[in-house]
Amino acid sequence: MLRVFPFFLQAAWVTIQLSVLSCAMGLVCGALGAAARLSRSPALRFTGATYVSVIRGTPALIQVFILYFGGPQIGIQLEAFEAGVLALGFNIGAYMTETMRGAIISVDRGQNEAARTLGLSRFETFRSVILPQALRLMIRPLGVNINALIKGTALVAAISVVELTYTAQRYIGSTYKPFEMFFLAGSIYMVIIYVTGLGVSWLDRRVALK
Amino acid sequence: MGLDFSVVPAFAGVLLTGALWTIAITLSAAVLSFFGGIVFAVIALYAPLVIRYPFRLFAWLFMGTPLLLQLFLIYFGLIQIGIDLPAFVAGVIGLGLHFAVYNSDIIQSGILAVDKGQYEGARTLGLSRIQTLRKVVVPQAVRSVVPPIGNNMIALLKDSALVSVIGVAELTLSSQMAISRTFRPFEFYVAAAACYYVINLGLEAGLRRIERRIQLAR
Repeated sequence: MLRVFPFFLQAAWVTIQLSVLSCAMGLVCGALGAAARLSRSPALRFTGATYVSVIRGTPALIQVFILYFGGPQIGIQLEAFEAGVLALGFNIGAYMTETMRGAIISVDRGQNEAARTLGLSRFETFRSVILPQALRLMIRPLGVNINALIKGTALVAAISVVELTYTAQRYIGSTYKPFEMFFLAGSIYMVIIYVTGLGVSWLDRRVALK
Repeated sequence: MGLDFSVVPAFAGVLLTGALWTIAITLSAAVLSFFGGIVFAVIALYAPLVIRYPFRLFAWLFMGTPLLLQLFLIYFGLIQIGIDLPAFVAGVIGLGLHFAVYNSDIIQSGILAVDKGQYEGARTLGLSRIQTLRKVVVPQAVRSVVPPIGNNMIALLKDSALVSVIGVAELTLSSQMAISRTFRPFEFYVAAAACYYVINLGLEAGLRRIERRIQLAR
Protein backbone atom coordinates (compact mmCIF):
# COMPACT_ATOMS: atom_id res chain seq x y z
CA MET A 1 0.00 0.00 0.00
CA LEU A 2 2.90 2.36 0.78
CA ARG A 3 4.36 1.63 -2.62
CA VAL A 4 1.26 2.86 -4.49
CA PHE A 5 0.62 5.87 -2.23
CA PRO A 6 2.69 8.36 -4.29
CA PHE A 7 0.69 7.43 -7.39
CA PHE A 8 -2.55 8.08 -5.52
CA LEU A 9 -1.28 11.46 -4.40
CA GLN A 10 -0.40 12.38 -7.97
CA ALA A 11 -3.86 11.25 -9.04
CA ALA A 12 -5.44 13.27 -6.22
CA TRP A 13 -3.72 16.38 -7.61
CA VAL A 14 -5.37 15.70 -10.98
CA THR A 15 -8.75 15.28 -9.24
CA ILE A 16 -8.23 18.61 -7.46
CA GLN A 17 -7.31 20.37 -10.71
CA LEU A 18 -10.36 18.90 -12.42
CA SER A 19 -12.58 20.00 -9.54
CA VAL A 20 -11.24 23.55 -9.33
CA LEU A 21 -11.28 24.23 -13.07
CA SER A 22 -14.70 22.74 -13.71
CA CYS A 23 -16.08 24.48 -10.62
CA ALA A 24 -14.87 27.83 -11.99
CA MET A 25 -16.44 27.06 -15.34
CA GLY A 26 -19.63 25.88 -13.64
CA LEU A 27 -19.93 29.13 -11.70
CA VAL A 28 -19.60 31.15 -14.93
CA CYS A 29 -22.16 28.93 -16.74
CA GLY A 30 -24.43 29.10 -13.69
CA ALA A 31 -24.30 32.89 -13.52
CA LEU A 32 -24.96 33.23 -17.26
CA GLY A 33 -27.70 30.61 -17.09
CA ALA A 34 -29.41 32.27 -14.13
CA ALA A 35 -29.17 35.68 -15.85
CA ALA A 36 -30.71 34.19 -18.99
CA ARG A 37 -33.51 32.47 -17.09
CA LEU A 38 -34.39 35.69 -15.24
CA SER A 39 -34.01 38.03 -18.19
CA ARG A 40 -36.85 39.95 -19.83
CA SER A 41 -36.14 38.51 -23.28
CA PRO A 42 -38.24 35.41 -24.04
CA ALA A 43 -35.50 34.08 -26.35
CA LEU A 44 -32.91 34.20 -23.55
CA ARG A 45 -35.35 32.67 -21.07
CA PHE A 46 -36.04 29.84 -23.50
CA THR A 47 -32.30 29.27 -24.10
CA GLY A 48 -31.63 29.15 -20.36
CA ALA A 49 -34.52 26.78 -19.69
CA THR A 50 -33.44 24.47 -22.52
CA TYR A 51 -29.86 24.41 -21.25
CA VAL A 52 -31.01 23.39 -17.76
CA SER A 53 -33.56 20.85 -18.97
CA VAL A 54 -31.31 19.11 -21.51
CA ILE A 55 -28.25 18.95 -19.26
CA ARG A 56 -30.17 17.85 -16.18
CA GLY A 57 -32.24 15.39 -18.20
CA THR A 58 -29.33 13.38 -19.61
CA PRO A 59 -26.44 11.52 -17.93
CA ALA A 60 -23.22 13.44 -17.33
CA LEU A 61 -21.27 10.44 -18.64
CA ILE A 62 -22.98 10.75 -22.03
CA GLN A 63 -22.20 14.47 -22.10
CA VAL A 64 -18.53 13.71 -21.47
CA PHE A 65 -18.59 11.11 -24.27
CA ILE A 66 -20.32 13.44 -26.74
CA LEU A 67 -17.67 16.10 -26.23
CA TYR A 68 -14.64 13.81 -26.14
CA PHE A 69 -15.52 11.15 -28.74
CA GLY A 70 -18.04 13.13 -30.80
CA GLY A 71 -16.19 16.45 -30.69
CA PRO A 72 -13.69 15.62 -33.47
CA GLN A 73 -16.60 15.04 -35.88
CA ILE A 74 -17.70 18.64 -35.49
CA GLY A 75 -14.14 19.99 -35.43
CA ILE A 76 -13.52 20.09 -31.68
CA GLN A 77 -10.37 18.12 -30.92
CA LEU A 78 -9.59 18.06 -27.20
CA GLU A 79 -7.27 16.26 -24.80
CA ALA A 80 -9.14 13.98 -22.37
CA PHE A 81 -8.41 16.32 -19.45
CA GLU A 82 -9.67 19.40 -21.32
CA ALA A 83 -12.80 17.60 -22.50
CA GLY A 84 -13.39 16.44 -18.93
CA VAL A 85 -13.13 19.95 -17.49
CA LEU A 86 -15.39 21.45 -20.16
CA ALA A 87 -18.06 18.73 -19.95
CA LEU A 88 -18.09 18.62 -16.14
CA GLY A 89 -18.17 22.42 -15.89
CA PHE A 90 -20.95 22.76 -18.43
CA ASN A 91 -22.87 20.01 -16.62
CA ILE A 92 -22.59 21.40 -13.09
CA GLY A 93 -23.35 24.86 -14.51
CA ALA A 94 -26.92 23.72 -15.21
CA TYR A 95 -27.39 22.70 -11.58
CA MET A 96 -25.74 25.93 -10.41
CA THR A 97 -28.08 27.91 -12.69
CA GLU A 98 -31.02 26.57 -10.71
CA THR A 99 -29.27 27.17 -7.37
CA MET A 100 -28.47 30.78 -8.26
CA ARG A 101 -31.89 31.45 -9.74
CA GLY A 102 -33.51 29.96 -6.64
CA ALA A 103 -31.46 32.21 -4.35
CA ILE A 104 -32.22 35.33 -6.41
CA ILE A 105 -35.96 34.78 -6.56
CA SER A 106 -36.16 33.96 -2.87
CA VAL A 107 -35.01 37.48 -1.96
CA ASP A 108 -38.16 39.21 -0.71
CA ARG A 109 -40.09 40.99 -3.48
CA GLY A 110 -40.54 44.04 -1.28
CA GLN A 111 -36.78 44.66 -1.48
CA ASN A 112 -37.04 45.07 -5.23
CA GLU A 113 -40.12 47.25 -5.06
CA ALA A 114 -38.68 49.47 -2.34
CA ALA A 115 -35.39 49.94 -4.18
CA ARG A 116 -37.17 50.81 -7.45
CA THR A 117 -39.44 53.25 -5.57
CA LEU A 118 -36.36 54.93 -4.12
CA GLY A 119 -35.27 55.67 -7.68
CA LEU A 120 -32.66 52.97 -8.31
CA SER A 121 -32.58 51.59 -11.86
CA ARG A 122 -33.32 47.94 -12.52
CA PHE A 123 -29.60 47.20 -12.81
CA GLU A 124 -28.65 49.19 -9.70
CA THR A 125 -31.38 47.46 -7.73
CA PHE A 126 -30.06 44.09 -8.77
CA ARG A 127 -26.42 44.93 -8.13
CA SER A 128 -26.64 46.70 -4.80
CA VAL A 129 -29.84 45.34 -3.24
CA ILE A 130 -30.80 41.91 -4.59
CA LEU A 131 -27.42 40.35 -5.38
CA PRO A 132 -25.74 40.91 -1.99
CA GLN A 133 -28.67 39.20 -0.27
CA ALA A 134 -28.89 36.41 -2.85
CA LEU A 135 -25.15 35.67 -2.55
CA ARG A 136 -25.62 34.88 1.14
CA LEU A 137 -28.46 32.52 0.32
CA MET A 138 -26.62 30.68 -2.43
CA ILE A 139 -23.33 29.80 -0.72
CA ARG A 140 -24.53 26.67 1.10
CA PRO A 141 -26.53 25.19 -1.79
CA LEU A 142 -23.63 25.92 -4.14
CA GLY A 143 -21.49 23.98 -1.65
CA VAL A 144 -23.81 21.01 -2.19
CA ASN A 145 -23.34 21.36 -5.97
CA ILE A 146 -19.56 21.50 -5.54
CA ASN A 147 -19.64 18.40 -3.34
CA ALA A 148 -21.49 16.54 -6.11
CA LEU A 149 -19.03 17.92 -8.67
CA ILE A 150 -16.00 16.58 -6.78
CA LYS A 151 -17.52 13.10 -6.74
CA GLY A 152 -18.60 13.59 -10.35
CA THR A 153 -15.00 14.09 -11.49
CA ALA A 154 -14.68 10.30 -11.17
CA LEU A 155 -16.61 10.07 -14.46
CA VAL A 156 -13.63 11.15 -16.51
CA ALA A 157 -11.94 7.90 -15.52
CA ALA A 158 -14.09 6.53 -18.35
CA ILE A 159 -12.16 8.66 -20.87
CA SER A 160 -8.85 7.56 -19.30
CA VAL A 161 -7.93 10.70 -17.38
CA VAL A 162 -5.51 9.41 -14.75
CA GLU A 163 -7.35 10.74 -11.70
CA LEU A 164 -8.16 9.00 -8.41
CA THR A 165 -10.84 6.58 -9.56
CA TYR A 166 -8.88 5.56 -12.66
CA THR A 167 -5.79 5.01 -10.51
CA ALA A 168 -7.75 2.99 -7.94
CA GLN A 169 -9.22 0.84 -10.69
CA ARG A 170 -5.79 0.27 -12.22
CA TYR A 171 -4.26 -0.82 -8.92
CA ILE A 172 -7.27 -2.99 -8.05
CA GLY A 173 -6.42 -4.83 -11.26
CA SER A 174 -2.70 -5.13 -10.61
CA THR A 175 -2.49 -5.65 -6.82
CA TYR A 176 -5.62 -7.78 -6.24
CA LYS A 177 -6.36 -5.68 -3.17
CA PRO A 178 -9.73 -4.07 -4.01
CA PHE A 179 -10.71 -3.02 -0.50
CA GLU A 180 -7.37 -1.43 0.35
CA MET A 181 -7.35 0.52 -2.91
CA PHE A 182 -10.97 1.58 -2.37
CA PHE A 183 -10.20 2.86 1.13
CA LEU A 184 -7.11 4.67 -0.06
CA ALA A 185 -8.91 6.47 -2.91
CA GLY A 186 -12.06 6.88 -0.83
CA SER A 187 -10.28 8.53 2.06
CA ILE A 188 -8.53 10.97 -0.28
CA TYR A 189 -11.93 11.94 -1.72
CA MET A 190 -13.25 12.38 1.82
CA VAL A 191 -10.34 14.68 2.71
CA ILE A 192 -10.89 16.80 -0.42
CA ILE A 193 -14.62 17.03 0.26
CA TYR A 194 -14.11 17.75 3.96
CA VAL A 195 -11.66 20.58 3.31
CA THR A 196 -13.96 22.03 0.64
CA GLY A 197 -16.84 21.84 3.14
CA LEU A 198 -14.77 23.76 5.70
CA GLY A 199 -14.06 26.41 3.06
CA VAL A 200 -17.75 26.75 2.23
CA SER A 201 -18.73 27.08 5.92
CA TRP A 202 -16.00 29.67 6.42
CA LEU A 203 -17.25 31.67 3.45
CA ASP A 204 -20.82 31.33 4.67
CA ARG A 205 -19.87 32.69 8.11
CA ARG A 206 -17.84 35.49 6.57
CA VAL A 207 -20.78 36.89 4.63
CA ALA A 208 -23.44 36.16 7.28
CA LEU A 209 -25.32 39.15 8.63
CA LYS A 210 -23.99 40.12 12.04
CA MET B 1 -16.24 13.84 -41.32
CA GLY B 2 -19.59 15.57 -41.15
CA LEU B 3 -22.62 14.52 -39.22
CA ASP B 4 -24.99 11.96 -40.64
CA PHE B 5 -27.87 10.92 -38.42
CA SER B 6 -29.27 8.60 -41.10
CA VAL B 7 -27.04 5.82 -39.69
CA VAL B 8 -29.00 5.81 -36.44
CA PRO B 9 -32.30 4.14 -37.50
CA ALA B 10 -30.47 0.96 -38.57
CA PHE B 11 -29.47 0.49 -34.94
CA ALA B 12 -32.83 1.46 -33.45
CA GLY B 13 -33.34 -2.12 -32.24
CA VAL B 14 -29.99 -2.15 -30.41
CA LEU B 15 -30.72 1.19 -28.76
CA LEU B 16 -34.25 0.13 -27.82
CA THR B 17 -33.01 -3.06 -26.16
CA GLY B 18 -30.44 -0.96 -24.31
CA ALA B 19 -33.15 1.46 -23.24
CA LEU B 20 -35.23 -1.40 -21.86
CA TRP B 21 -32.24 -2.60 -19.83
CA THR B 22 -31.71 0.93 -18.56
CA ILE B 23 -35.34 1.03 -17.42
CA ALA B 24 -35.02 -2.45 -15.84
CA ILE B 25 -31.86 -1.56 -13.94
CA THR B 26 -33.27 1.80 -12.84
CA LEU B 27 -36.49 0.30 -11.53
CA SER B 28 -34.74 -2.61 -9.73
CA ALA B 29 -32.22 -0.27 -8.13
CA ALA B 30 -35.00 2.22 -7.27
CA VAL B 31 -36.97 -0.46 -5.40
CA LEU B 32 -33.82 -1.66 -3.62
CA SER B 33 -32.81 1.89 -2.69
CA PHE B 34 -36.30 2.74 -1.41
CA PHE B 35 -36.68 -0.22 0.95
CA GLY B 36 -32.96 -0.21 1.72
CA GLY B 37 -33.31 3.47 2.62
CA ILE B 38 -36.10 2.71 5.09
CA VAL B 39 -34.09 -0.10 6.71
CA PHE B 40 -30.96 2.06 6.86
CA ALA B 41 -32.92 4.96 8.36
CA VAL B 42 -34.33 2.75 11.11
CA ILE B 43 -30.86 1.30 11.80
CA ALA B 44 -29.26 4.74 11.91
CA LEU B 45 -31.87 6.00 14.38
CA TYR B 46 -32.90 3.04 16.54
CA ALA B 47 -30.32 0.24 16.36
CA PRO B 48 -28.09 -0.49 19.40
CA LEU B 49 -24.93 1.63 19.62
CA VAL B 50 -22.60 -1.15 18.43
CA ILE B 51 -24.54 -1.35 15.15
CA ARG B 52 -25.51 2.30 14.85
CA TYR B 53 -22.04 3.82 14.90
CA PRO B 54 -20.31 1.44 12.46
CA PHE B 55 -23.35 1.89 10.25
CA ARG B 56 -23.09 5.66 10.32
CA LEU B 57 -19.43 5.35 9.37
CA PHE B 58 -20.41 3.15 6.42
CA ALA B 59 -23.09 5.65 5.36
CA TRP B 60 -20.65 8.54 5.65
CA LEU B 61 -18.13 6.67 3.50
CA PHE B 62 -20.76 5.91 0.87
CA MET B 63 -21.91 9.51 0.68
CA GLY B 64 -18.41 10.91 0.46
CA THR B 65 -17.04 8.79 -2.38
CA PRO B 66 -17.95 8.61 -6.08
CA LEU B 67 -20.49 6.05 -7.26
CA LEU B 68 -18.11 4.91 -10.00
CA LEU B 69 -15.49 3.98 -7.39
CA GLN B 70 -18.12 2.01 -5.45
CA LEU B 71 -19.18 0.15 -8.58
CA PHE B 72 -15.56 -0.82 -9.24
CA LEU B 73 -15.24 -2.01 -5.64
CA ILE B 74 -18.41 -4.10 -5.77
CA TYR B 75 -17.81 -5.61 -9.20
CA PHE B 76 -14.04 -6.19 -9.22
CA GLY B 77 -13.67 -6.46 -5.46
CA LEU B 78 -16.24 -9.21 -4.98
CA ILE B 79 -14.77 -11.22 -7.84
CA GLN B 80 -11.44 -11.21 -6.07
CA ILE B 81 -12.88 -12.56 -2.84
CA GLY B 82 -14.59 -15.30 -4.82
CA ILE B 83 -18.09 -13.86 -5.30
CA ASP B 84 -18.67 -13.64 -9.04
CA LEU B 85 -21.85 -11.64 -9.52
CA PRO B 86 -23.31 -11.05 -12.98
CA ALA B 87 -22.63 -7.44 -14.02
CA PHE B 88 -26.36 -6.63 -13.95
CA VAL B 89 -26.71 -7.78 -10.33
CA ALA B 90 -23.53 -5.97 -9.29
CA GLY B 91 -24.85 -2.83 -10.98
CA VAL B 92 -28.24 -3.03 -9.26
CA ILE B 93 -26.59 -3.62 -5.87
CA GLY B 94 -24.11 -0.79 -6.39
CA LEU B 95 -26.71 1.75 -7.56
CA GLY B 96 -29.26 0.50 -5.03
CA LEU B 97 -26.92 0.75 -2.03
CA HIS B 98 -25.56 4.13 -3.09
CA PHE B 99 -29.02 5.67 -3.35
CA ALA B 100 -30.30 3.76 -0.30
CA VAL B 101 -27.79 5.73 1.75
CA TYR B 102 -29.01 9.02 0.26
CA ASN B 103 -32.66 8.00 0.75
CA SER B 104 -31.92 6.95 4.31
CA ASP B 105 -30.70 10.46 5.05
CA ILE B 106 -33.98 11.91 3.80
CA ILE B 107 -36.17 9.29 5.49
CA GLN B 108 -34.40 9.87 8.81
CA SER B 109 -35.41 13.50 8.76
CA GLY B 110 -38.93 12.38 7.81
CA ILE B 111 -39.08 10.01 10.79
CA LEU B 112 -37.83 12.70 13.15
CA ALA B 113 -40.50 15.05 11.80
CA VAL B 114 -43.34 12.66 12.70
CA ASP B 115 -45.07 13.97 15.81
CA LYS B 116 -43.71 12.31 18.96
CA GLY B 117 -47.27 11.82 20.18
CA GLN B 118 -47.87 9.32 17.39
CA TYR B 119 -45.10 7.09 18.73
CA GLU B 120 -46.21 7.46 22.33
CA GLY B 121 -49.85 6.87 21.43
CA ALA B 122 -49.07 3.69 19.52
CA ARG B 123 -46.91 2.35 22.35
CA THR B 124 -49.66 3.16 24.87
CA LEU B 125 -52.13 1.20 22.74
CA GLY B 126 -49.93 -1.84 23.23
CA LEU B 127 -47.95 -1.96 19.95
CA SER B 128 -44.36 -3.14 20.23
CA ARG B 129 -41.47 -0.87 19.20
CA ILE B 130 -41.12 -2.63 15.85
CA GLN B 131 -44.86 -2.56 15.19
CA THR B 132 -44.99 1.12 16.06
CA LEU B 133 -42.21 1.90 13.61
CA ARG B 134 -43.58 -0.32 10.87
CA LYS B 135 -47.28 0.57 11.05
CA VAL B 136 -47.36 4.09 12.47
CA VAL B 137 -44.14 6.07 12.17
CA VAL B 138 -42.52 4.90 8.91
CA PRO B 139 -45.67 5.15 6.72
CA GLN B 140 -46.20 8.75 7.80
CA ALA B 141 -42.52 9.59 7.43
CA VAL B 142 -42.27 8.13 3.93
CA ARG B 143 -45.28 10.10 2.68
CA SER B 144 -43.75 13.37 3.73
CA VAL B 145 -40.47 12.68 1.93
CA VAL B 146 -41.72 11.42 -1.43
CA PRO B 147 -40.68 14.54 -3.43
CA PRO B 148 -36.98 14.51 -2.40
CA ILE B 149 -36.83 10.73 -2.86
CA GLY B 150 -38.28 11.27 -6.35
CA ASN B 151 -35.37 13.61 -7.08
CA ASN B 152 -33.00 10.83 -6.05
CA MET B 153 -34.75 8.46 -8.44
CA ILE B 154 -34.18 10.88 -11.30
CA ALA B 155 -30.51 11.09 -10.33
CA LEU B 156 -30.47 7.28 -10.21
CA LEU B 157 -31.74 7.03 -13.79
CA LYS B 158 -28.93 9.24 -15.04
CA ASP B 159 -26.29 7.52 -12.91
CA SER B 160 -27.39 4.15 -14.30
CA ALA B 161 -25.23 5.11 -17.32
CA LEU B 162 -22.22 4.39 -15.10
CA VAL B 163 -22.90 0.66 -15.01
CA SER B 164 -21.85 0.56 -18.67
CA VAL B 165 -18.24 0.64 -17.43
CA ILE B 166 -18.68 -2.68 -15.63
CA GLY B 167 -20.17 -4.20 -18.78
CA VAL B 168 -23.95 -4.04 -18.38
CA ALA B 169 -25.38 -3.75 -21.89
CA GLU B 170 -27.73 -0.86 -21.12
CA LEU B 171 -28.34 2.21 -23.24
CA THR B 172 -24.84 3.69 -22.97
CA LEU B 173 -23.03 0.45 -23.73
CA SER B 174 -25.49 -0.34 -26.55
CA SER B 175 -24.72 2.98 -28.19
CA GLN B 176 -21.01 2.19 -27.81
CA MET B 177 -21.58 -1.11 -29.61
CA ALA B 178 -23.25 0.75 -32.47
CA ILE B 179 -20.34 3.24 -32.51
CA SER B 180 -17.74 0.50 -32.73
CA ARG B 181 -19.41 -0.66 -35.95
CA THR B 182 -20.12 2.71 -37.56
CA PHE B 183 -17.39 4.97 -36.08
CA ARG B 184 -19.99 7.68 -35.52
CA PRO B 185 -19.78 8.56 -31.81
CA PHE B 186 -21.50 11.94 -32.04
CA GLU B 187 -24.67 10.66 -33.67
CA PHE B 188 -25.11 7.69 -31.37
CA TYR B 189 -24.28 9.43 -28.11
CA VAL B 190 -26.74 12.19 -29.03
CA ALA B 191 -29.31 9.50 -29.84
CA ALA B 192 -28.64 7.84 -26.48
CA ALA B 193 -28.96 11.20 -24.73
CA ALA B 194 -32.32 11.71 -26.45
CA CYS B 195 -33.48 8.28 -25.21
CA TYR B 196 -32.43 9.16 -21.66
CA TYR B 197 -34.26 12.44 -21.94
CA VAL B 198 -37.47 10.70 -22.99
CA ILE B 199 -37.18 8.07 -20.22
CA ASN B 200 -36.54 10.93 -17.81
CA LEU B 201 -39.75 12.69 -18.91
CA GLY B 202 -41.67 9.44 -18.37
CA LEU B 203 -40.15 8.98 -14.91
CA GLU B 204 -40.97 12.56 -13.94
CA ALA B 205 -44.58 12.11 -15.06
CA GLY B 206 -44.81 8.86 -13.05
CA LEU B 207 -43.40 10.53 -9.95
CA ARG B 208 -45.86 13.41 -10.27
CA ARG B 209 -48.72 10.92 -10.33
CA ILE B 210 -47.45 9.16 -7.22
CA GLU B 211 -47.08 12.50 -5.45
CA ARG B 212 -50.63 13.49 -6.37
CA ARG B 213 -52.02 10.18 -5.12
CA ILE B 214 -50.24 10.59 -1.84
CA GLN B 215 -51.54 14.13 -1.50
CA LEU B 216 -55.06 12.81 -2.04
CA ALA B 217 -54.61 9.97 0.45
CA ARG B 218 -53.70 12.40 3.19
